[in-house]
Amino acid sequence: MATTLEVPASVKKDAAALAAKFTIVSQKEFRGELTLTVNRAQFHDIAAFLRDQLGYTYLIDVSSVDHFGQEPRYEVVYELQNFERADHLRVKYTVSEDDATAPTVTDLWATADWHEREAFDMMGIRFTGHPDLRRILMWEGYPFHPLRKDFPLAGKDSDTPDVAFSRAAPLAGGPFVTSPTGGDTQDREPRSREME
Amino acid sequence: MSTITPAAYDSKIEGNVIFTKLDSAINWMRKNSLWPMPMGLACCAIELMATGASRYDISRFGAEVMRFSPRQSDVMIVAGTVTYKMALAVKRIWDQMPEPKWCIAMGACASSGGMYRSYAVLQGIDTLIPVDVYISGCPPRPEALIEGLLRLQRKIEGEHSFLAQKPELVAALRS
Repeated sequence: MATTLEVPASVKKDAAALAAKFTIVSQKEFRGELTLTVNRAQFHDIAAFLRDQLGYTYLIDVSSVDHFGQEPRYEVVYELQNFERADHLRVKYTVSEDDATAPTVTDLWATADWHEREAFDMMGIRFTGHPDLRRILMWEGYPFHPLRKDFPLAGKDSDTPDVAFSRAAPLAGGPFVTSPTGGDTQDREPRSREME
Repeated sequence: MSTITPAAYDSKIEGNVIFTKLDSAINWMRKNSLWPMPMGLACCAIELMATGASRYDISRFGAEVMRFSPRQSDVMIVAGTVTYKMALAVKRIWDQMPEPKWCIAMGACASSGGMYRSYAVLQGIDTLIPVDVYISGCPPRPEALIEGLLRLQRKIEGEHSFLAQKPELVAALRS
């Protein structure tokens, strides 16, 4: 239940079943949640196995993480849910900056369609095999991926005649967040710093 | 029977004739029948709806006819955050409105980008279209929107509508 901080035995059993068939790079337990790191090349087969054999029929979310300055730089995170057992499992894999592609799972979960479009739009990870990989939040023709850590929060100037334009917003030393932690806002929020 | 007679106009004396300046008559008609184009983009639109509803009742000032077609509207009330994705659509709707037309930037976001200092938000609709009245507030109360509308009416009163908007006709009459 919600109060227990132990990973359910059924989820551990699923992880063991997965480990018997595929490579699991690392495994982490935190507050009753299990996170598996796998290889990108195997991920589509792993996703199919999780859905068809282990009953993780619901894909809650697909998100991406930018570990700016590290290699591999990106991470793609999948949150899976087994409705029958109320089990939650998190699977992720790393993606390098030079080859920022990932296998699509739209053929397994239709909901992955928009999640992958968002990851593409915001982080610039291209999902190979996606049926319609267009931007979903920013407009068509926008040249940047704004959730990357080296993208300034203020934005960059861009001009696409007759399609769209954007200008860097005046941040005036911002962003305007307050937090009791140490350091000034420029230190706490890397995206507010001036970067070339 | 009332014995009070209006000083400027008495139908018994003047019949159906009114003497006035053309500009004043046009401006008087325009300012009391402003048809808004409700460009509701965010939470300001809720206040805009409240302004149109019975408690605040913007129809007292002749501006209750919210037109969802830009072809039939006079004043665009930009109510809310203008993202870059929406910005060109707003501009296009503005271009579709026939002259004469006015624009009210309602709230902090439409006026200056407001708290959204970010890559996604246009920093003020006045970078794209000319704004006549800015209304502060986040969101402004309906009273503030009504005050903005009255300011716009006062501005329209002072316009030289005939001279400014029919230059060819004025030139032909003068020659």
